Amino acid sequence: MFEIDRRKFLVGAGAATATSTLVAAPHVARAAGGKVVIVGGGPAGATAARYIRRADPSIEVTLIEANKDYYTCFMSNEVLAGERTLDSLKFGYAGLAKAGVKVVHDLVVGIDGAAKVVTTQGGQKFPYDRCIVAPGIDMAWGALPGYTAEAAEKIPHAWKAGPQTALLRKQLEAMPDGGVFVMVAPPNPYRCPPGPYERASLVAHYFKHHKPKSKIIILDTKDAFSKQKLFEQAWAKFYGFGTANSMIEWVPAAKGGKPSAIDVAGMAVQTELDTIKGAVINVIPAQKAGKIAFDAGLTEGNWAPVNKATFESKKIPGIHVLGDGSDAATMPKSGYAANSQGKVTAAAVVAMLKGQPAPTPAYVNTCYSIAGADHAFSVAGVYTFDAEKNAIAEVQGSGGLSPLDASEADRKREVQYAQSWFRNITADIWG
Amino acid sequence: MKKSIFGRLLPVVVLVGGASMASTAWAQAGAEMLANTCAGCHGPDGSSNGPATPTIASLSTDYFVMSMKDYKSGKRPSTVMARIAKGYSDDDIAAMAKYFQTKPFQRPGQKVDADKAKAGKALAKKYCESCHEDEGRVGEGVGVLAGQMLPYLQYSMVDFLSLKRETEKRQKAKFDALVKDLGEEAFQPILHYYAGVK
Ligand SMILES: Cc1cc2nc3c(=O)[nH]c(=O)nc-3n(C[C@H](O)[C@H](O)[C@H](O)COP(=O)(O)OP(=O)(O)OC[C@H]3O[C@@H](n4cnc5c(N)ncnc54)[C@H](O)[C@@H]3O)c2cc1C
Ligand code: HEC
Ligand code: HEC
Repeated sequence: MFEIDRRKFLVGAGAATATSTLVAAPHVARAAGGKVVIVGGGPAGATAARYIRRADPSIEVTLIEANKDYYTCFMSNEVLAGERTLDSLKFGYAGLAKAGVKVVHDLVVGIDGAAKVVTTQGGQKFPYDRCIVAPGIDMAWGALPGYTAEAAEKIPHAWKAGPQTALLRKQLEAMPDGGVFVMVAPPNPYRCPPGPYERASLVAHYFKHHKPKSKIIILDTKDAFSKQKLFEQAWAKFYGFGTANSMIEWVPAAKGGKPSAIDVAGMAVQTELDTIKGAVINVIPAQKAGKIAFDAGLTEGNWAPVNKATFESKKIPGIHVLGDGSDAATMPKSGYAANSQGKVTAAAVVAMLKGQPAPTPAYVNTCYSIAGADHAFSVAGVYTFDAEKNAIAEVQGSGGLSPLDASEADRKREVQYAQSWFRNITADIWG
Repeated sequence: MKKSIFGRLLPVVVLVGGASMASTAWAQAGAEMLANTCAGCHGPDGSSNGPATPTIASLSTDYFVMSMKDYKSGKRPSTVMARIAKGYSDDDIAAMAKYFQTKPFQRPGQKVDADKAKAGKALAKKYCESCHEDEGRVGEGVGVLAGQMLPYLQYSMVDFLSLKRETEKRQKAKFDALVKDLGEEAFQPILHYYAGVK
């Protein structure tokens, strides 16, 4: 599953083993119901914080988040299309504070799993009984030669929302009609599997109405992608896909789409056989767990292995890792999955602080994609815990994709339901 | 149906430090754990912020269970609920029905056409109130209309009138009477009225 960076990160994977059978040490810092420190206030961390407080207000919950405001990636493709403001993706932490969560804005630089203390860049120390680490992803810089953090200031990834989203939108707006927008789609596994293709759809929607002579080329490291038939159907319906005049061209790895290097100065993507120039380029690179997961010794390969019923780390007891950074494969790396895992983790942490067994988990994922005017579709999954395999298993016969032959009316309804999903899940996460 | 809700709350396994798992015999998930999985789409504790996805808090258990089973079997049309409902057993559904029934239907108010809503009130009284009592707040066997999301109510009417969603005999008689007296457009003021009830 880890295509690009496996070798690099397997080194050192053995370093922090063997601790996982230790029984929790005596508590360090006693609040009435125990102390929980949460690293990261995205969908995973913020949901866990709210649901712990909701279940047991005697538990002291401190959430440490680097940024004052959170910008959701979900619906950020609508910002690129000019259909939404960046501001509409912004969420603060007042709702969490109101739920009794102590919110601290600082960068966590260390987690000592033996002493049970979290340390921040600002020099603060936070003792915990249980720690929850939800750092999301980092880009695997270096996996694609030429694409560095510095390069991203000119060729954005826009795979973390905020300034990167604003930059890509600005470039698309400034691009002359007839320009070529080149997107590099990442290798599996990565955040939001249908995301790159939704992005291509919505940029095409923008071009169709404002720059109709422009083209989109997707250079892919893969030969297949999420919701592919549904996207291709929508592209055919709206953007001429499959004809000589298609606005969107998708080049799979098998047809030479796999990029080998990024030429930042020349504004081009190199593949094995070709050099493709773009007026605007968007590179979505390979990804791995957020840095703090590596620094704290929680990772194996690119992600943090966990017990799937409790999201407790398999490497360091007392620490739970969830959301995009964990290895909860079978569930995609999505906001819905992060929210769902936040609730499972909250219930486990509340029980474990009381010395009780963690309750049986239940998980759901859904993800809407908007692909054109009045046209959306979804994927859904309902999951249970398979203890034998320590796996999150899809309930047989459930879930799956919107049907290919759904009516236009249903595609239109799914746009309304996608917008509702955004409002409801953000209320559930940040209050 | 009621037998094992309590038994479902705890797994049989005892975790040591949480890191290792002694046995594989886990019980079914509890009601709240199951119900929490719905909040991402339906809102915290089942009260939706709209614009379209319906609130499922406070629904009567009968109506809730019937809805889920009808989604599951395909008897009731849906964009996504068939795929979701198939993930839950009858026991799971019964447990969630009980859970959501105890949650309040939040009515922060949504935008409706005030003139339409005014006109709809009298029509609702004549054609709908006999089954959708107390301005649509009582949902025994029929779903809650009061404060429900307007687009959702409109979609539901489209599904009833196109015969994709089964219409109970007496309900159908009222619909036919309304259409005969005032035409299909007459549903709109009624739906605006119900959506606007606080
Ligand atoms: C274009 C796009 C579209 C998407 N669309 C959808 C969609 O429609 N539906 C869906 O379900 N998902 C969607 N996603 C995926 C979704 O955004 C992610 O899966 C989700 O954000 C994961 O949540 P998380 O909490 O694990 O991580 P994140 O959202 O990345 O949150 C991590 C947080 O931790 C903080 N942090 C990290 N390290 C530290 C540290 N050391 N100290 C302090 N704070 C730290 C970060 O600042 C951040 O706020 C989309 C993603 C993209 C890119
Ligand atoms: C992906 C978003 C999504 C998820 C997750 C979801 N629902 Fe729904 N639900 C909907 C939508 C949309 C409708 C309207 C029917 C349709 O088009 O599918 C609906 C309709 C319903 C209705 C009918 C309401 C009425 O008044 O008749 C019930 C009951 C319901 N859902 C229960 C649930 C339960 C229980 C869960 C969790 C196990 C759940 N839903 C999870 C989106 C969702
Ligand atoms: C004879 C009883 C009866 C009358 C009268 C009646 N209804 Fe209903 N209504 C029902 C029943 C039963 C259901 C549940 C249908 C089902 O899902 O099987 C229902 C469901 C609905 C729903 C869907 C609710 C949901 O959450 O999905 C709407 C909308 C609705 N009715 C509107 C109306 C309107 C508008 C009128 C008046 C014009 C009306 N009804 C008159 C019995 C009635």
